[in-house]
Amino acid sequence: MGDVAAARRAAEATARHSYGKLVAYLSRRTRDVAAAQDALSAAFEAAMQQWPLQGVPASPEAWLMAVAKRQAIDAQRRTATRDAATDDLLLLTPQSTEDTDGAGRTIPDDRLALLFACAHPAIERGVRAPLMLQTVLGLDAAAIASAFLVPPSTMGQRLSRAKAKIKQAGIPFRPPEREDLPERLDTVLEAIYAAFTQGWSDPAGLDPRHHNLSDEGIWLGQLVVALLPHEPEALGMLALMLHAHARRGARRDAVGAYIPLAQQDPSQWDTALIDEAERLLHRASALHTIGRFQLEAAVQSAHIIRRFTGQTDWTAVAQLYGALAELTGSPVVEINRAVAVAECEGAAKGLEILDSVADDPRLASYQPYWAARAHLLAHSGARDAADAAYAQAIGLELDPAVRQYLQQQRNRL
Amino acid sequence: MKYMLMIYASEAAENAMPPAEMGAIMQAYGAYTEALVKAGALQAGERLRPVTDATSVRVRNGKSEVLNGPYADTREQLGGYYVIDVPDLDAALVWAARCPSSVYGTIEVRPIWEM
Repeated sequence: MGDVAAARRAAEATARHSYGKLVAYLSRRTRDVAAAQDALSAAFEAAMQQWPLQGVPASPEAWLMAVAKRQAIDAQRRTATRDAATDDLLLLTPQSTEDTDGAGRTIPDDRLALLFACAHPAIERGVRAPLMLQTVLGLDAAAIASAFLVPPSTMGQRLSRAKAKIKQAGIPFRPPEREDLPERLDTVLEAIYAAFTQGWSDPAGLDPRHHNLSDEGIWLGQLVVALLPHEPEALGMLALMLHAHARRGARRDAVGAYIPLAQQDPSQWDTALIDEAERLLHRASALHTIGRFQLEAAVQSAHIIRRFTGQTDWTAVAQLYGALAELTGSPVVEINRAVAVAECEGAAKGLEILDSVADDPRLASYQPYWAARAHLLAHSGARDAADAAYAQAIGLELDPAVRQYLQQQRNRL
Repeated sequence: MKYMLMIYASEAAENAMPPAEMGAIMQAYGAYTEALVKAGALQAGERLRPVTDATSVRVRNGKSEVLNGPYADTREQLGGYYVIDVPDLDAALVWAARCPSSVYGTIEVRPIWEM
């Protein structure tokens, strides 16, 4: 019994840490992402059966890769399409990755190549980020769908089509040429940030799918910055992530209750991370090419300035969101801008902005919209409307701590 | 991997070009084709006659319909094609960008169905 538990833990740990690496390695050589994922699923199942009996291997990654490769080769044989990809796989004999003496030959990291394949212009724009999240970070389609305000079945179909396109159209698995890099980078950055915020919404690490997602997001961000040290948006994105990560200790109190940003205790913020974020943002601004990630990072700066001044710079926040709104046209930005404007000019002004985006159908199930609306309605004295909005927000919130906070706000009406 | 490069361009625009310009394009095509050959990528390629010389056929319910003209009336018409053999999509896209008509038309890049 203990062996089964140990095997399961080892398999889960390997899945969390290495899924993307394994998918990338296998996909790069077969160009078939879906088949790589299937082969790895089978390998993980085999691990669950064999590790309790044989013990957890010294190099779980290598073991899984060897099994997955055999699965992939068998699958290709069954479809009777012998091609260059199969030959590549056969050339990689089991000994090249199987760990027989415990020395642990590591699987090379092809995740960047996979990221750029997912962000290729030939892939439909709306599915690039979801594809990266699923293949590089192992998120499931339902979680991705919710982050992108899209029904899960639609997302599943789009992901299938995208993987088929990669295979059928021969989309390459390598970073683009230097001259194409900046353009292709933007979609990569979007996806990395989307992954980071998924992990950020679960600071207690309760959901195993989210575990390490913030760390993975930051790691990928650091990788991209190392590869492209003069790309302002890559720097901006990493700054943004580090700012958010710096505050993870302050977002819940000792009993796990949710604390909104404006009420957090600055002494709980990680100063080293904040300083690093500010340094990155400074580097980015010296490159004189403003972009959405730099603007969002600047918003973070304006918020946490209160560690020195005691006050959030709401005017700066509102202005920055204004610039962001012009750049992106996103209703989410408008929601944040409404809250900032309300802090400067009163709840009525904020509500005007919310009203201007109220018709967007995607916001009907978007919790932050209802929470912002409830907050501003409460401050403008519209008690009944605020109560209804809080009810909506509570009904849409997944995080119990945030739900409890919203309930408290509602009770105070 | 094999791809077909389908060259779409406005015949009206081409007809309106001064002879010197059209001559330059023809020369460019010659150089382009030769580059494809030298790279070992060229499998096939032809220039098509204009759509006024096209005839379209449909067979429905056992009945043959023969129509004067192309499959569809479009702003840009299929003027020619290349079949190339290159390592991946990016390589095909580079060749498509080099195609002389890409500056005033559109090159569709489609993988060939491997049998």
